[in-house]
Amino acid sequence: MKKILTAGAVILMATLAMPAHAELDTDKLKGVKPTAENHPLEKIISGYEFRNKETQMLQDDDFDNPAYIWVDAGEELWSTADGAAGKSCADCHGDATTSMKGVKASYPKWNEAKGKPMTLQQQVNDCRTERMQADEWGWESDEMLGMAAYVASQSRGMPVAVKTDGQMTPWFEKGKDIYYTRVGQLDMSCANCHEDNYGKNIRADMLSQGQINGFPTYRLKWQKLGSVHRRFKGCMKNIRAKPFDVGSDEFVALELYVAWRGQNLPVESPAVRQ
Amino acid sequence: MAKSKPRVKVPKTATVGEVITIKTLISHKMESGLRKGKDGNLIPRQIINKFTAEFEGQQIFAVDIDPAISANPFLEFTMKVPGPGEFTFTWVDDDGSVYTTKSKLKIG
Repeated sequence: MKKILTAGAVILMATLAMPAHAELDTDKLKGVKPTAENHPLEKIISGYEFRNKETQMLQDDDFDNPAYIWVDAGEELWSTADGAAGKSCADCHGDATTSMKGVKASYPKWNEAKGKPMTLQQQVNDCRTERMQADEWGWESDEMLGMAAYVASQSRGMPVAVKTDGQMTPWFEKGKDIYYTRVGQLDMSCANCHEDNYGKNIRADMLSQGQINGFPTYRLKWQKLGSVHRRFKGCMKNIRAKPFDVGSDEFVALELYVAWRGQNLPVESPAVRQ
Repeated sequence: MAKSKPRVKVPKTATVGEVITIKTLISHKMESGLRKGKDGNLIPRQIINKFTAEFEGQQIFAVDIDPAISANPFLEFTMKVPGPGEFTFTWVDDDGSVYTTKSKLKIG
């Protein structure tokens, strides 16, 4: 649908300042080339391509996309003061549409004060406790997911590019280790499905490359928005392994490594999946 | 998602005789009244039980909603444009709240 918009219509829309969220070039979801020479995939394909037309259509139109209920709530929270300091996100960061542009594409990111990488959600909670003196939000709470999706949606269409060198190296290596280590009663690693067998059916479901450029994602199965760590847990349960905790060092390292595997893919948040 | 917030998507302009698609959604928990809480007691029913759409005072679409409808009900319907005017969309909650939103349609 986006493709048939004429240039004139695009200009008209721009002058009316209609779309609050950046456009996503769905052609790029079909596959991009990795930059890194040691990348295990020849072509990096978004999970969007492995889903059926109906699910894709839900994502294509922001009104149809159920995730926008959470994004709208996140937008409200952005300028709502909370905590003892009486501050809101907007008091420090101003207008999210400019200040948060590109943020999601670069996370997980090294945090100097903490001496470790942090995910977007951990950064949100860090701001809440340190600067706003407010309570942390639960990892899968509607508030956290709404805020994460609102911030992430500002980077929509921008290529994923996480830093993996310097202090990030041990975390990257740890994530890679987890990715390729067989665990659980089924004795499987992430790679067994998402590198060796993507594009094939596993029972009635089509295996994707397990890219995370669309998180937080609205999953039809969950009937709500969910974090990437929740998805990781689901995968681990499926192979009868004991999942790591959400927000654990293991999952942060894995998120970093999997984000690197999705380099150059446009940020899709909030995506819709089956 | 405690607060209910209605959203509609209608074209801003259309031509007379054109068939336009109208999409509406309201964020609402749609508690069916059939589920039990952690204490074993039924959670009281609270749903949106009625939705109406009017164009220039004339009803163009209405639906009575029952507990089987999912959370955040999404309704899509079409209308043949008779001329310029204003839409009024109304959602009625079990608790008596009425949520209304309006939208203008121009010809051209």
